[in-house]
Amino acid sequence: MIQNLVDGVLVGSVLSLGAVGLTMVMHMLRFANFSHAELLSIGAYSALVFDALFSAMMPPLTAAIGPLSMTWALALSVVFSLVITGLSALLIDRLVFKRVREKGSELSMVFASFGVAMIIRNVVGLIFGLGTHLYSKDIVFAVVLSRDPLLLVKPDQVFTLVAALLIMLIMHFVLSRTTLGYSLRAVAENPTLAQVNGIRLSHMIALVWLVGGGLAAVAGIFYGLSNQISPMIGRDLVLPIFAATIVGGIGSIYGAVLGGFIVGISASLALAILPSGYSPSMPFLIILAVLLIRPNGLFGEEQT
Amino acid sequence: MIGLLSYAVFFTTVASILAIAVLGLNLQWGNTGLFNGGVVAFFGAGAYGTLILGSAAQPDQFGGFNLFYPAALIGGMVVAGLLAWVVGILTLRLRHDYLAIATFGIAVTFENIMRNAEWLSGGAKGIRGFEQPLRDAFGGGLAYNAAFLAFVVAALIAVYQFLQHLVSSPFGRLLRAIREDEGAARSLGKAPSRVRLTAFITGSVIMGLSGGLYATFYAFVSPQDVLPTLTFQIWAMLIVGGAGNNRGAVLGAFLIWGAWTASGWSLSRFAPIEAQLYTGSIQYILIGSVIVGMLLWRPQGLFPERLVVSQSGKPGATKKQGV
Repeated sequence: MIQNLVDGVLVGSVLSLGAVGLTMVMHMLRFANFSHAELLSIGAYSALVFDALFSAMMPPLTAAIGPLSMTWALALSVVFSLVITGLSALLIDRLVFKRVREKGSELSMVFASFGVAMIIRNVVGLIFGLGTHLYSKDIVFAVVLSRDPLLLVKPDQVFTLVAALLIMLIMHFVLSRTTLGYSLRAVAENPTLAQVNGIRLSHMIALVWLVGGGLAAVAGIFYGLSNQISPMIGRDLVLPIFAATIVGGIGSIYGAVLGGFIVGISASLALAILPSGYSPSMPFLIILAVLLIRPNGLFGEEQT
Repeated sequence: MIGLLSYAVFFTTVASILAIAVLGLNLQWGNTGLFNGGVVAFFGAGAYGTLILGSAAQPDQFGGFNLFYPAALIGGMVVAGLLAWVVGILTLRLRHDYLAIATFGIAVTFENIMRNAEWLSGGAKGIRGFEQPLRDAFGGGLAYNAAFLAFVVAALIAVYQFLQHLVSSPFGRLLRAIREDEGAARSLGKAPSRVRLTAFITGSVIMGLSGGLYATFYAFVSPQDVLPTLTFQIWAMLIVGGAGNNRGAVLGAFLIWGAWTASGWSLSRFAPIEAQLYTGSIQYILIGSVIVGMLLWRPQGLFPERLVVSQSGKPGATKKQGV
């Protein structure tokens, strides 16, 4: 039971990172982006490529950092993958979403995102194969925190959690203390009024994609670190991430963080009762429960 | 020759069954503007519902009610309608993304439960023990398949006529009014969320009929038949055909199903052996590109919706109240 709780917190940190970007896009551009989870996949795979590249170019970097399975090469790759994924998100917006946005309704955007998700997922599958990859083949033994109840934690998992929390803290300070953060929130709140006050809407939209893509990349890499990397990352995570945004309330960044942890923890706890085959159903049950009890989520405002 | 003929019968049957689902989606998306991201859940509810109600009893298996076939088919449609009612009542009052996410979620969950709940659905093995109705009367084989095709085409025509009638009726006008301007419709005393719910359930029941016919045709259904890909295919059919136009929806179904089978056939025939594993991926990229490309370059589809002015604005023409 406690093991499930700990696992849930770790899954939750990945979901939170993904959900923060998604909720920002959903709030600002007013559409449910079904291709957001594919950005996690892009992030995970580009880190894989950079990791291989750096390891080949600079062998000393292949040393593991402390007790982690993460190497210096991979740590460096995170930075590059973050940039690549942010730029990919921006590119997808320029190529598809921006054009659909100028032409059609918000629902056409939802639909376009379905198509984009399908294309990205299968192109990734074509390039890297349908099988799974790992960042490191070394087996990292879990540290036994207690024997009764049995509680196992891998150093990687602790690192993931700490890093995720740190990133969220940085996000918090940027949003609440800087002009940039104010502009972002202003645009999300009321795009027209923000423009009247001299905020460039197009710049803010680009920024949201960059930040959302960057966070998604980190989430994807962290997911790959504790699980495996496969082209199905997007398919498996899209619903839990949506559930996290709905729990938190669409548009609320703090809600998304909390929502990610709630979805991660409750899905893991439910596995203590249900057979593990049912885990893909959990996010939907959580969505249903939220819609029944508090349709606008924990921090969401009423919108129609 | 016989081979070609029986393939033509097979192809037309499947395409007509899918066309029924596309018509159901057209009522939801084309006429009402509701985004159903989980078509396959309602299709699957009809398929599983029909087989569970209509099959003979099997050991360790829920169902086996062995109902009279039309009753089983209607039962499947009712199951699809109930599923739509649950999702609709929770989400249709909210911002539009909620319906998209919830329907997508129910499709994932439906497939997941059908795969795992062995007592209910036979798990990955699927449901067996269903006897196609009147199979003996036609002696099976091509004659039976041709007769079943006639039945499916009759169902398609019936659904088409029903929807044509519906969208040209005052109710159809109300749907379009809500799609175009909800506030205006509400100011005329209409209740948008209730009308949306009606349209959503009706569309889903039609998808349930399509699923029921599909399961009858194969006399078998398994989780492989309710994968999310089917939702994409049905969506592509509607978008290519033209949302809001029933004739476009049917033609789109035949066109996309033809392109899908043709691409699958040519990939399996001409692609190198090593690439065979990736046939599915290539097909999905094609269908994804069709969806995105249509939205970018021809969002109204090949057969655009024909907007009818139901009352003339010219002075002197009779003016009627209401939408």
